[in-house]
Amino acid sequence: MAIVVNRPKLTFAEKCYLPSLVAGLAITWKHLKRALFNKGIVTMQYPEEKWDANLPDWYRGAPTLVVDENGREKCVSCQLCEFICPPRAITIKPMEIPENDKWRKVEKRPEAFDIDMARCIYCGLCEEVCPEEAIFLRKDYSITGLNRAEMVHDKKTLYKLGGVMKGLTFKWNELK
Amino acid sequence: MDTALILHFLTIPLVFLIWTTFLKTFILLNVVLGIVSVTVFAERKVSAFIQDRTGPNRVGIPMTLLGGKKDIPFWGLGQMIADPVKLLTKENFVPAGVNKFFFWLAPKLVLLPPLLVLAVLPFGSSLFGVEMTIANINVGVLFIFAVTSLSVYGITLAGWASNSKFPFIGGIRSSSQMISYELALGLSIIPIFMVCGTLNINEIVDWQIKNGWLVAPYWPHGFALGQLLHPSDLIHSLVAGVSLERFLLWIPMMISFVIFLVSIFAETNRLPFDLPEAEQELVGGYHTEYSSMNFASFFLGEYAAMFAGSGAIVSIFLGGWSLPMIPDGSHGWFWGLVSIGAWFAKVSVILLFMIWIRWTLPRFRYDQLMKLGWLGFFPIALFNIFLTAVILAIVHH
Repeated sequence: MAIVVNRPKLTFAEKCYLPSLVAGLAITWKHLKRALFNKGIVTMQYPEEKWDANLPDWYRGAPTLVVDENGREKCVSCQLCEFICPPRAITIKPMEIPENDKWRKVEKRPEAFDIDMARCIYCGLCEEVCPEEAIFLRKDYSITGLNRAEMVHDKKTLYKLGGVMKGLTFKWNELK
Repeated sequence: MDTALILHFLTIPLVFLIWTTFLKTFILLNVVLGIVSVTVFAERKVSAFIQDRTGPNRVGIPMTLLGGKKDIPFWGLGQMIADPVKLLTKENFVPAGVNKFFFWLAPKLVLLPPLLVLAVLPFGSSLFGVEMTIANINVGVLFIFAVTSLSVYGITLAGWASNSKFPFIGGIRSSSQMISYELALGLSIIPIFMVCGTLNINEIVDWQIKNGWLVAPYWPHGFALGQLLHPSDLIHSLVAGVSLERFLLWIPMMISFVIFLVSIFAETNRLPFDLPEAEQELVGGYHTEYSSMNFASFFLGEYAAMFAGSGAIVSIFLGGWSLPMIPDGSHGWFWGLVSIGAWFAKVSVILLFMIWIRWTLPRFRYDQLMKLGWLGFFPIALFNIFLTAVILAIVHH
């Protein structure tokens, strides 16, 4: 059933446009005048002014690696993130932890961990899939580089961006 | 040859006319094309302010390129240079399947008419005894109509030659738009001829200097700067300015002014009548397929048309270069410059008004525009001619 919308009956003043034209001009003039005195302008001057403080906690920025409170790399190179990554941005080269290491019982850690930020789509699947909670999406969004090589975040960069994440998993602690 | 001989040669009337005309043309053309780029900047800035934005504010003096620490933003004024330079250095891309000849011809056809209109507009009184009109011809107003309506061919050709549907629709809209406003534009000006009795724009301006601007009902008669020192003369001229004829004629003149103004908006393809361009509906309208300098020609043509249209409005209705109490150029070169400045200032005000309107009103649909032209302005303009005739007949008998 079609809905019939009746055309409104317009008065003569409405038909000849002029009063509403003047009203419209008055509104735009008000904004123009206000802006001329630098008031009411909503534009933010990006590199100088940033909205970073208002980013929500769930903001999905650049993926990073974290260490735990003992300074241990949380990543055990299970490569689940590498497998789930839709654009295949993650490349992990696992290594065995040497016999004499304090964390020998963890058995594995990454020798190299590269995330190609030119490919990353910030979907957060790597964070979701990680059984060790070693990879987190942080609030960095302005990832730039002059060439493709610069856009690849290696292990060092990832740990630098990630920092320390305390008290989420305890399975590798001494007491256990 | 010695200098005396050259001077003598340059003062032969015909030679004098030729070289002063060339000089005037050269200077006016450069000034107007400069003003076009200022207008584009003003458009961006005013639109930004109206929408609570800042607009271009970065491009200034690039000190970092010269080895400095920090750029000087200079309120973004560098944008006026940056925009044309960008357009000039872009690739001039011609799509496959276009009709090459007309594709290249169209931008020139759009750019040419507004610049030709400038030839008949009196942009000042006189400077060193040289009249500040490039061509003082008796059919001035008719010349404007004849030339400006040519620019629609450029738009239509661009739409047709592009071999693409959006430009094509733009071109069709342009021609349908032209037939709806052109009649009203022509008819609206007839009452002015009846009142002034001339088609020559210079004489229309002279009439307005003597009798007051056409849109001003009251004008102190023979008012001059020196009279401020003589109160009795001042009162005399103030009283002499009151006349029934002027007040009665004010009604048809205002009707003419409104119709002419709106028709000029349609003529220059400005909002609310920018149907051929209509970027929200037709991608870019008639110039969708154009790039680089060809696109810039359309852009330049549009803004030059705005300038020429404003110049016509100012010259015909707003007293041309005249200002109350300001003597004309025959009183010295200073007053000549003042009159030129006055004309450009008035034109700038109309240009700003055009920009202001653009960011206020939404676009007309083209059946609405045709309805407005044929059922609104056309009868009103016709009626206006009779009204003027009746008023003139009553007052003079």
